[in-house]
Amino acid sequence: MKQRPITRRKLVLLGSAVALVKMTGASSASTATATATLGFDELYGKISVLGLSFSDKVKGLAEAEVSMQGFMAPPLKAEANFFVLTETPMALCPFCSSDADWPDNIVVIYLDEAQTFEQANAPIEVSGRLEVGSWTDPETGFVSLLRIVDAHFRTA
Amino acid sequence: MTGHKTAVNALGVYADRTKASLDDPRVETIAEALRRTGNKSIGVVSTAEVEDATPAAVVAHTRLRADKADIVGMFFVVKPEIVLGGGSAYFLPQSTPGSKRKDDKDYIAMFRDAGYTLATDKTELVAAKGTNTGKILGLFHTGNMDTTLDREFLKKGSVEKFPNQPGLVEMTQTALDQLSKDEDGFFLMVEAASVDKMSHPMDWERSLFETIEFDKAVGIGMEFAKTHPDTLIVATGDHTHGVSIIGTIDDQKPGEEMRDKVGVYADAGFPNYTDENGDGYPDKVDVTRRLAIFASNFPDYYETFRPKLDGPFEPAVQNGAKQYIANEKYKDVPGAVLRVGNLPKTAGTAVHAVDDVVLQATGPGAEEFKGYMEESDVYRVLADTLALAPATN
Ligand SMILES: [Zn+2]
Repeated sequence: MKQRPITRRKLVLLGSAVALVKMTGASSASTATATATLGFDELYGKISVLGLSFSDKVKGLAEAEVSMQGFMAPPLKAEANFFVLTETPMALCPFCSSDADWPDNIVVIYLDEAQTFEQANAPIEVSGRLEVGSWTDPETGFVSLLRIVDAHFRTA
Repeated sequence: MTGHKTAVNALGVYADRTKASLDDPRVETIAEALRRTGNKSIGVVSTAEVEDATPAAVVAHTRLRADKADIVGMFFVVKPEIVLGGGSAYFLPQSTPGSKRKDDKDYIAMFRDAGYTLATDKTELVAAKGTNTGKILGLFHTGNMDTTLDREFLKKGSVEKFPNQPGLVEMTQTALDQLSKDEDGFFLMVEAASVDKMSHPMDWERSLFETIEFDKAVGIGMEFAKTHPDTLIVATGDHTHGVSIIGTIDDQKPGEEMRDKVGVYADAGFPNYTDENGDGYPDKVDVTRRLAIFASNFPDYYETFRPKLDGPFEPAVQNGAKQYIANEKYKDVPGAVLRVGNLPKTAGTAVHAVDDVVLQATGPGAEEFKGYMEESDVYRVLADTLALAPATN
């Protein structure tokens, strides 16, 4: 996709672009091609103490429709419009852990419309458009490098 | 490590009531006291992230132990000669994938510029031993390092991603080799962090393997003390967990349920672990008659009565209401039973306990450890033994 459709999370910034969002959503749906599947073990090409680098597959799929299976970590804040997809269900020690203790291999999911939280034990499949690159959530300050936006999910 | 008591989650401060976590009144840490009073070298070694509470306590001042990005800066201020462990994610600028910083500071570059030799795996740690800079920063994982059971035996956890991590024994040896070059002496803090990290999720086998590794690291210290008799070695815990060995679990015992196979008192017999290769670790962790270990406190979880061969145990996961419920991944393990927790549902793992802690010490000053002591008074013995005093000029 050459043209970058306006996403819901940009809606937060743009405020009044509702109609435009709906239009782009419709047109991108009609031109949708086959969705590529992406696995957690395919996210990084190089993993090292000095940093990770995204795999060629991830770089190649940037801005494309993808689907990923994983587990939904509970929202950081109840009102957040995003959640974190993890490879395995999360159990963080409330004493020792902070939000910064997320594992490396997480993908942040921005939903195209609110969906109810899925129970933690059930794997889900998320579909949406892959975004690659640093982005700070304006409301929570949560920094993400890999996102699936305009996303929806179902029980896998 | 200040010799003062403080509040839960606080490091090197008296907790105040303001919300900001970095403005609380500071108490001098042992590293700062050493810097103020003399020229002894300082080493910090842990299998956790180096920003984790125990290694951080050597240098840090914050109301919140979770201020890990700030704690890296506090290490940089004190500049211990040796810093070895995990937690590189907080050293990387936010633009680097894997970073957990929220600024552009590149502490890897800053430590290098400050004269540190960098090691990122076991091989580089060996190479760093020969350094003449006198300072080694060894970061072997973006987060907590993998356990001995995963690193050396099962290759689970994140060992595939970080396949060449050193262990606590190698790190301790490197630290001693380097620090002992200082004729003025040194202070070294070594933490077998995953004894605790694996006790939280009740992964007893991993925790025990870590304890064996800790024992070996103490052995390295004892060996060093033989040729350096002016060395005080103190081995202790910072807290306990509600955990006990109560007998054995014998797969060969008759009975339908796994609990029938738990042998207690005289019925326990002895476990049948072997150590054919003499490395100090059981050759096989999932033997037929193994140690029976249980926690006094737990969230909802499936008790499997078996070691977790597929990776560290995750007993409970959060649901949408942020309550911890049993992780169903273990539901179908043969013999697994649901144990309904006795902790509030906000707790996802077993917790720390307030039992008295064992402390053992040897070398000059060791005789000052006696009877019942407040944990914070351990510092007094260290201060006496190190002869910490204001500079005389
Ligand atoms: Zn702990």
